[in-house]
Amino acid sequence: MIFSLSRRASLGCGLALAASFLVGAMEPARADALDDITKAGVIKVGIFEDFPPFASLNASMKIEGYDTEVADKLAAALGVKVELVGITGQNRIPFLTEGKVDLLLSIGYSDERAQVVDYTDAYAPYYIAVMGPKDVDVKDAAGLSGKTIAVNRGTLEDTEVTKVAPADADIQRYSDYSGVISAFLSGQAQLMVVGNDVGATILAQNPAIEPVEKFLLLTSPSQMAVKKGETRLNAALNTALVAMKADGELNDLAVKWLKQPLVEGF
Amino acid sequence: MGYEFDFSAISENIGLLLHGAGLTIGLTAIAATVGMALSIGGAAAALWGPGWLRRIVGVYVELIRNTPFIVQLFFIFFGLPSLGVKLTAFEAAALAMTINLTAYGIEIVRAGIEAVPPGQREAGFALGIAPISTFIYIVLPQAIAVVYPALVSQIVITMLESAVVSQVAVTDLTHAADLIQSRTYRAFETYFAVTLIYLGMALLMRWLFNRAGRQLFAGKR
Repeated sequence: MIFSLSRRASLGCGLALAASFLVGAMEPARADALDDITKAGVIKVGIFEDFPPFASLNASMKIEGYDTEVADKLAAALGVKVELVGITGQNRIPFLTEGKVDLLLSIGYSDERAQVVDYTDAYAPYYIAVMGPKDVDVKDAAGLSGKTIAVNRGTLEDTEVTKVAPADADIQRYSDYSGVISAFLSGQAQLMVVGNDVGATILAQNPAIEPVEKFLLLTSPSQMAVKKGETRLNAALNTALVAMKADGELNDLAVKWLKQPLVEGF
Repeated sequence: MGYEFDFSAISENIGLLLHGAGLTIGLTAIAATVGMALSIGGAAAALWGPGWLRRIVGVYVELIRNTPFIVQLFFIFFGLPSLGVKLTAFEAAALAMTINLTAYGIEIVRAGIEAVPPGQREAGFALGIAPISTFIYIVLPQAIAVVYPALVSQIVITMLESAVVSQVAVTDLTHAADLIQSRTYRAFETYFAVTLIYLGMALLMRWLFNRAGRQLFAGKR
């Protein structure tokens, strides 16, 4: 991994060197991240800029969402200020390993990633659900029989629902989410299969047909990631998370942004 | 180039492709049949109809010819349900293609009718043949003979443009291709095969229409 990242890493080192030269302070090479954060009084949190409802630009060009509020609360628990750093799916792991950010939010678990980062506990629900209007009675995969179901072609939603749906379910495959949403809201499809992020985004628009979650197809809660080996920071974040779950703060955020309360025992 | 071609994605999904191709041909057949009939009626109305009808045909032709096909399709499929008109994806696609082909067809047929010397029509009247019979048996065959290649082209274009109906989840040939591509990630193989299928269908259509044209219009040109 170090070899494959060597160009990025050397660029990062160069930038870091230049930066430390500018501020005139050489940090010890192996300082503890938690100590660094406390000393600087700032935690740098890597965040997507276009991933509603977790984080996206609002009308006044400020990033807001579930993730930004979680970041605020975590920073408060650590007694520091939060600095949001915009990341993309491609650059976020290098940003973390090179120390441009201390923490990544909205990162799904994979064995590959676990080789280079350390995961915290789950902090946000992420799941794929079959959604439909209240009056359509569907409780399980067998209930999809004879129904029209809109999905985004080739996504995880498509493969998951194709796996479980009975042969006589009419799965309509659209080429993007706006097609799926339009088909559902115009009544062309009775049901749709989307992630809870898309579902919450639709609910936030107060649509004429209000989609309700019928059943879940796949659950994969989002976790946070810190640099490999930063166990003290990881432990401090997990402690803060436990406290947020215990006093209901996290649930409030889920209801506000994800339009669904956290499930029991999350 | 480290890419290894693997056409098993195509052979395993040949049924999907054939189903899609069949649907594309079916949609084109509906649009061509209904569209041609409407085009002839529309052209006659545009030339000899009462003023209000001519204006309606004119607005229709300009409206359809100056807006994108995909927008017309989305309007019918996603927009009309708000007014209580809910068509299935197939019905919406067939309707959109027919409406689109008719607009171009009217202009082509009109040009053909105008190319027939007025003397033909006047001769029909002078012989006491009813105006409608004069149109059907004397003017129209000559008019269609003149613009036949243009009509064939327009039908082939309609078939090729029907690829966008996959956007409303009609399982046509392009939809099958996109589905296979998203399942197997064999983009080159899939779109290569589908390109050949479209090319084959278009060439076959032209050949059949040209052959039929030689039979139908022998001695009329």
